[in-house]
Parts: sequence; C-alpha cells; structure tokens
Amino acid sequence: MPGLTFEQIHQRLVEKFGDAVGPLSPPKKDPFCVFAAPRLREICRFLKDDPALYFDFLEDLTATDHPKENLIRVVYHFYSYRHRHLFIAKVELDRKDPQVDSLEPLWKAANWMEREVFDLFGVTFRGHSDLRRILMPDDWVGNPLRKDYTESGGYRGISNVRDNPLDLYLNMDRQVRAEQAAAQPPEAAASPAAAPKTEG
Amino acid sequence: MADQATKDLKGYSHDPGASAALVTTSTNLIEDLINWSRRSSMFYLLFGLACCGIELMQTGGPRADLDRFGSVPRATPRQSDLMIVAGTLTYKMAIRCKLLYQQMAEPKYVISMGSCANCGGLFQLSYSVVKGVDKIIPVDVYVPGCPPRPEALTEGFLRVQELIKREKLKTKMRPKKSGTGAGYDLPEVA
Amino acid sequence: MALDQLIVTKFGTDAEHEMILNMGPQHPSTHGVINFVVQADGEVMKKAVPQVGYLHRAIEKIGEIVTYPGFMPYTDRIDYLAAMFANEGYALAVEKLLGLQVPPRAQYLRAISCELNRIASHLISLGTMAMDIGAVTPFPYALRERESINDLLEALCGARLTYNYHRIGGVAFDMPEDWMPLCRKWLDHFEKILHEWDRLISFNEIFVERLAGMGTIPADMAVNYGLVGPNLRASGVDFDLRRDEPYGAYPDFKFKIPIGTAYAGKHRGGQVGDCYDRFYCRVLECRESLLIVRQALDKFPDGDFMAKVPRKIKPEVGEAQSRIEAARGEMAYYVVSDGGERAYRVRARTGSFLAMGIIEDLSRGLMIADLVALIASLDVVAPEIDR
Repeated sequence: MPGLTFEQIHQRLVEKFGDAVGPLSPPKKDPFCVFAAPRLREICRFLKDDPALYFDFLEDLTATDHPKENLIRVVYHFYSYRHRHLFIAKVELDRKDPQVDSLEPLWKAANWMEREVFDLFGVTFRGHSDLRRILMPDDWVGNPLRKDYTESGGYRGISNVRDNPLDLYLNMDRQVRAEQAAAQPPEAAASPAAAPKTEG
Repeated sequence: MADQATKDLKGYSHDPGASAALVTTSTNLIEDLINWSRRSSMFYLLFGLACCGIELMQTGGPRADLDRFGSVPRATPRQSDLMIVAGTLTYKMAIRCKLLYQQMAEPKYVISMGSCANCGGLFQLSYSVVKGVDKIIPVDVYVPGCPPRPEALTEGFLRVQELIKREKLKTKMRPKKSGTGAGYDLPEVA
Repeated sequence: MALDQLIVTKFGTDAEHEMILNMGPQHPSTHGVINFVVQADGEVMKKAVPQVGYLHRAIEKIGEIVTYPGFMPYTDRIDYLAAMFANEGYALAVEKLLGLQVPPRAQYLRAISCELNRIASHLISLGTMAMDIGAVTPFPYALRERESINDLLEALCGARLTYNYHRIGGVAFDMPEDWMPLCRKWLDHFEKILHEWDRLISFNEIFVERLAGMGTIPADMAVNYGLVGPNLRASGVDFDLRRDEPYGAYPDFKFKIPIGTAYAGKHRGGQVGDCYDRFYCRVLECRESLLIVRQALDKFPDGDFMAKVPRKIKPEVGEAQSRIEAARGEMAYYVVSDGGERAYRVRARTGSFLAMGIIEDLSRGLMIADLVALIASLDVVAPEIDR
C-alpha cells in the first residue's frame, strides 16, 4: 500500500481528536481502532476532508453482534483512491438500544448499507433519510443476524419445516387410495380396504 | 392384484416414472389430438429466480434448445402454460409466486427445477427460504441438480410432455379434492 | 400492504396525479428478482425506487453455521455468474487469517479460471444489455460463446455454473493434460468473435445513439456512491485492484485497464460515464482478460496445486479483510474468527449492492425504457444485492 500505514493514520487521528479515538488493536491480521460513538460524524468528516488522509470511498459498513459483551459493533472500512490507503474503525453500541449517527451526509454509499444493518441487526441510524427494511419483508419480526435470533415458525402460513420424503409419499399414497375407495360403490369398499395393508 | 394394478394405471398413474414405458390404451382421437397440440406448444413462463435461471436461459439457448419442442419463453403468466420455477424461493417472493401461478390459465403445469425449488436445497439452514416450492403451488415434475444441466431440464420437460400425453379430457393429474397432489394444502397466502 | 406506506413516504401525498407503476419482481428485464416502484408522469419518470430482498437467502448467517471449508459452495451462490471470484475472495480472507501461503501453480490456476469466468460473466452482461434495449440477436451469440467457456471450466473443475473450485489453500483439482491446447485454440477463436461482436452490436449506430449520453455518472458521484469495477472505471476513475492492490498471480501479467472516455463520440452526445461507456468498457475488458489468460498459459509454473492445510481449519482469534476485482466490481470479504471451527461473522460486500443505491437518484427525468437500459448498464445481479 503506497499511502500511509495504519499506525500513521491512527497517529494523525489521535493528535486531532485525543480520547475519542481508541488505541490501535494489536495487528491480528487487520488492525482496527474504536471511535467514540458521539463524535463519529466529526471524526469521519475529518477522515474524508483532510488532504493527507482523503478517504473518499466508504468501502464497507457492517456490524457484528457480541451478546456476551452486550455490545453491537458497527464496523467501517474506509479507502482512499488518491493515496491508496485503507483504514478500519469500529463503534461500540449498547445491545439494548443501539443508535449511532448516520454517515449518509458524508458518503452516499452509506445509505443502503445502513439500511441493511438496520434490517438485520436493529441498529438505528440518526439522520438517515429513509430508514426501513431492505432485505427482509416489511412485516418481518426480529433482526435475523443477531446471535439470539430464533425463527418464528414460518411466514404468513407457509411453514418452515419440510417432512421426511418417505412420510410424504406414504401420505400421498394413503390420500389417493382413500379417495378412490370413497369414489367406488359401498359394497366394493370392503375389498380395496385390504389392499393398503399388503401394499403399504 | 395385478390386473387391478393395470386398471388403476390405465390413463391415470400413481407413479409417472415407472409407467413411461406403458402404452396408453386410449383410442379417443380427440383426446390424442388435444394432448398432442397441448404438449407440442407449451409456452413457459420465465421464472428464473437464481442460479438455475441461468441454466434455464442456457437451455433455451443455442446448444440445448427448448424451442425445438415448440416451446418459447413468455414473460407474462397470462400467455404461458408451463411455469419452470428455477431457483430459490424466498418468503418475500412466495406471495408473488402464488399470484403468478393463479394468474396462469388452465391447463397449467409446473416444473420445479433445481434443489432449491425442490426442497430448499442447500439453503435449508436459512431463515428466509421456503423449503420447496411445492409448499405454495402443486408441482408436476421435479428436476434435481444444483443447477441441473440443460440436458436434465430437457428430460424434465419431456416428462411433462409424457404426462400431458396420458391425460384424459375429464380427469387431470392433480386430484382436485385434496388440493395439491403433494399431500399439503395450499396455504392461504394473503 | 407496505406499498401504501411507501407511496406516502417516498412519493409524497400528491402522488394521485401520477402513475405509480410496479416493475417486477418477475420481469424479463431486471437482472434477477428486483422490484422497481416507479412514479411516472406518462413515459417520463419522477422517481424509481428499487425494492430488493426477493432473493435474500441468508448466506451470511449460514457462514456462522457451517465450517470454514463448508462455506465455499455458498460463496458460489453469492454471484453465480462470476462464481470463481467469490470463491477466491473467501479463500483469500481465510488464508490471511491462517497465514497460509498459496503455491504459485495454484495462484496461476486461480487467475486463469477467474479471467475465463470474467469473460463469461461479461458476455452475459453484454448480451442481456443488448436484449433489454431490444436487440435480441446478440444474446444467443453470447450464450454460444459462454457454452464453450462452460465446457472448458467443466473440464477443469466439474461444474458449469457454481464451481466450488478454489479451496482454502489452493484449488481443488489440477489442470488436465490436454486442457492447455484446447484453451489456446478457444482463445484464438474468441479473438475473432470479439471482432464479430463489435461489428454486430458495439458499433451499431442505433445501439450507440440509444445509449449515448444517458445515465451519466460523473466521477465524484461514482466515488461517493461507492460504485466499483467497470462502473467506476467508465466514469473516468483509473483504479483497478489487479494493478493497484495486486493479489495472487496478477503482478506477473501485463494488461491495460480500460477507462471511460466517451466512446460514443461527441457528435452523438456521448459523455464520460454514460451507459455506452459502461458497455464498451466491458467489451474491452474481455479483450484484456484474453491477453491475461494467454500470458498465464505461457508462464505456467510447476508444483503443487494446494498448500499444506490442517485437517480442521481453526484460525486464531482475529479478523481479516480481502478484496478482489470481481467481474462486477470490487468484492470485499470480511471474516471474523473467534478461534473455533466456524466463523463468527462472514460478510461479503458486493459491487451490485452499492450500484442499486444510485438508481433512485439517477432516475429523475428518464423514461421508463431508459430505466431498463440504466439497470442493464450497471450490471446488477440479484444474488449479489440480496445475498
């Protein structure tokens, strides 16, 4: 990467914003740092406008759910086409009521990505122009990508389990034979009744 | 027992696969004519949902040509009599699938193409996938594969043609009283 | 249904004077199951709101349920037209987590299969774009060529569409012995086909006039909305991951990057970043991919096709991101591991998802038929949007 390294970018952010920028995580393959949620938009505006950083591409906006720590972390990946450097930042939100400022005024790419995080994790983005479900149906209940999500047994009458095919065929067979027995005259009904026992 | 079996199988089969070799004993010329005209010009609805949709396009394409059976793709269900459900059906799409099926005019047939349409396929672990399109609409032929080769889909198409060949004018393959032939009732998808 | 609420929120309460049309989700001209709710005054649109999610198959959730190697077939289904790229992206992310080095023969095999897949994906995209505009003839031409690529890739890995060929640590199978001369023969044939394609549709006067100057996306708008891949390059931004952030075997190859320069011509009203630029950039990319495959076949190394991978893949705690230049743009995988056999979170950020976000703002003033051409030129495919 010809641009600045993670450490240099982090250094520059710490100089400008001090405590709002957490320490750089140990380089476990891809280092990241945690921003303070209330000052997120300020820091991101600096990331976008500063000539040495100039992150003009919001590459990815996603979230991870950590029920054990009672947190939802929203992950941001920034990339700069001018300087060809990358930066990864996270914001930690309370799992009961996750809310954070929307980055849509800065990067329009955040529009749909934030809607996806709202849909699948339940994070509310303040200031978003059109926050509604995007991937799930509009009347879906629950946030599917959370770790404690359980399915509610179907959607509008369509069940979400499938019978064993062997049971399926048996049922089909019995149904058709019952119909044929009902369609035949009553005295002949005695002999087909013997058939399912031998062939079933 | 054996002649009762053939009597049952005369024109109405419990097991379409095994009876493909049986010769129909129908001598009704009008039935033959109608069945021949129906099976030789089946227009299929372009219902390619996912990866199987690409193989559906390739089957209609230059090498494995579905057009040689007289079958052309139509975009609207009002003009089609065969619905090839190619791909994964999600809950969000299931309502539209049922609507499209109801918009088709009788006689209509359904091929369920690929594992996802047959039973949910490799997405059975998913929370948003209908585990098989026969939960919504009755299916005539299931074509296995992920995705099925064009040759496999052509074989499924020929099986539907076999089904039509053996139809009587009065009875259809699907028993009307029990809803679908699959043993499920069609759910009321509002 | 929710359509009433949508009409009120997106279109305003005086939508009674205009038509609200519904295009899709089953429609032959939308690349997969996508729905557009269009507010139109006659033929001219005021706004077209895309509704997606009709193919949401919860692939990211399944990434937390199945093991690392077991997730590979699911990556195929993220983008089934360019499945090799999706495979490679996931393999690169997990290899970064494990710290594995992929042997050079495997990297070359990955590059060859990926570039062939890129040609196949672009053929479908160009063919369907021509079909959406109304020219139905080029589509079977594209399908015919794609059948040959399917045959080649089937000889390599056994499948025509969803390959599951790249594995964590390398590739699944080695190249068969007689594959290379077959591939070379096809490459020579395909070069002539590209000339035929240009004569058939690319330089066709009606086609060019139809697309010139329409749906123009300036460079800063493209970057802000997060467009990637051929969409971004057609708007004039000179960026390609294969050259600028190289991975795999790409540093060994020499190739050009086609950029949009108003190929339609000023006299027809062509602008940098219009629909014709996006179309023609893809045609030029097919040519470059052909050159890359030729170079790869010439320099093909010996060795293993798979690294020494532990039997149970259990990366240490951490997270990794990998980016590849897929056929539809940059695909970024983000894999979070908690030390177990199954991933904690798998995320695939695809190019089509971001491309859909721009349609609502571009659709003002376009006609309904132009909307179809715009979607086709952005080359969106439904599973990439919905995953």
